[in-house]
Amino acid sequence: MHRFANPARFLRIAAIIQPWAMAVAALAFVAGLWFSLFVSPADYQQGETVRIMYIHVPSAWMGMFCYTAMAVFSAMGLIWKHPLADLMARATAPVGAAFTFICLVTGSLWGKPMWGTWWVWDARLTSMLILFFLYLGYMALADAFDDPERGQKAAGILALVGVVNVPIIKWSVDWWNTLHQPASVVKMGGPAIDSTMMVPLILMALAFKAYWIVVLIFRTRSEIASAKLRTLRMAQVHAAGQAE
Amino acid sequence: MTRKKRRLYFVILGLLAVGAAAALVLSALRQDIVFFFSPTEIMEAKVPTEGRRIRLGGLVEQGSVVKEGATVRFKVTDGAHALPVVYEGLLPDLFREGQGVVTEGRMGQGVFVASEVLAKHDENYMPKEVAESLKKSGHWQGEHPEQVQK
Repeated sequence: MHRFANPARFLRIAAIIQPWAMAVAALAFVAGLWFSLFVSPADYQQGETVRIMYIHVPSAWMGMFCYTAMAVFSAMGLIWKHPLADLMARATAPVGAAFTFICLVTGSLWGKPMWGTWWVWDARLTSMLILFFLYLGYMALADAFDDPERGQKAAGILALVGVVNVPIIKWSVDWWNTLHQPASVVKMGGPAIDSTMMVPLILMALAFKAYWIVVLIFRTRSEIASAKLRTLRMAQVHAAGQAE
Repeated sequence: MTRKKRRLYFVILGLLAVGAAAALVLSALRQDIVFFFSPTEIMEAKVPTEGRRIRLGGLVEQGSVVKEGATVRFKVTDGAHALPVVYEGLLPDLFREGQGVVTEGRMGQGVFVASEVLAKHDENYMPKEVAESLKKSGHWQGEHPEQVQK
């Protein structure tokens, strides 16, 4: 694992992975949209509204997945002081925040016709909103210090403390009664969802994950570049100070 | 112990402490986190209902829906007890007999006076044809096969 902490090696491997991830993201997204909008059937109860699920559910998975990844990267940054891990945690945060936001908005659009309300304060919806705020807090805290290392440390601790929310989101529908329906895909006794509806769901989830890899590489690369730039500037200022 | 090891243990201990604290808080607040109460909990007075706005959740009892103009009367059941509900207003699309609902309102004289009715969706997703063939072959797993009415 420590081998991959070297930025030069990361950049080399990333350059190979990125085009593949782009291709997977594009193909899976087009195929996923095609299956969700045209091929998959309407639901016996919800009718055509069920199609919102193909964006909503993979976005929710992404929100939780990105947060977990962010917490793991933050832990690596805090424990082993891998600068690359910190940069990757930073790079993941806006992606996760965006998908969590999409999940909240699409869920609300589905809730109005199906439940009869845009929003309720049940355990699932509330814990998902808290996840969104955790992302915002992480991003704000990481940039709140003049010294980026201190900001990274504070934000890393916040990411680790907030990770306790992830299992709460997952099992909120089992631990408490909620308006939100219980899990359909990842649950004991197999999925309660027809296979014709499972295909677009899996395709979209794959597309979103591949998209995350693409963006992670782009953003980490630019974070490495800006870190280099900062070091160069500091050296310049230092040299100028000594010359006087 | 190296500094790295010490930091690792510190992070693990911290996570355990935060997890334990969250578990304690959430179990202590259980009454406030649950979104609705069942008819049994309300009728056996396990929750305070006096003058409080509460939510009642369960299935709409078969054959209990009576519409009188804009007013709807129905019973919400959890299998053990059924509580009569009176409601005036628009009902959501998924509202029908045998369907899960959550209603918000106050307890009146033996009647729950609802000011809001929300439909609760279950975790089953399938095309109409599959639902119908399941029902025909008698393999329907749901508790309320009457969901398939169309």
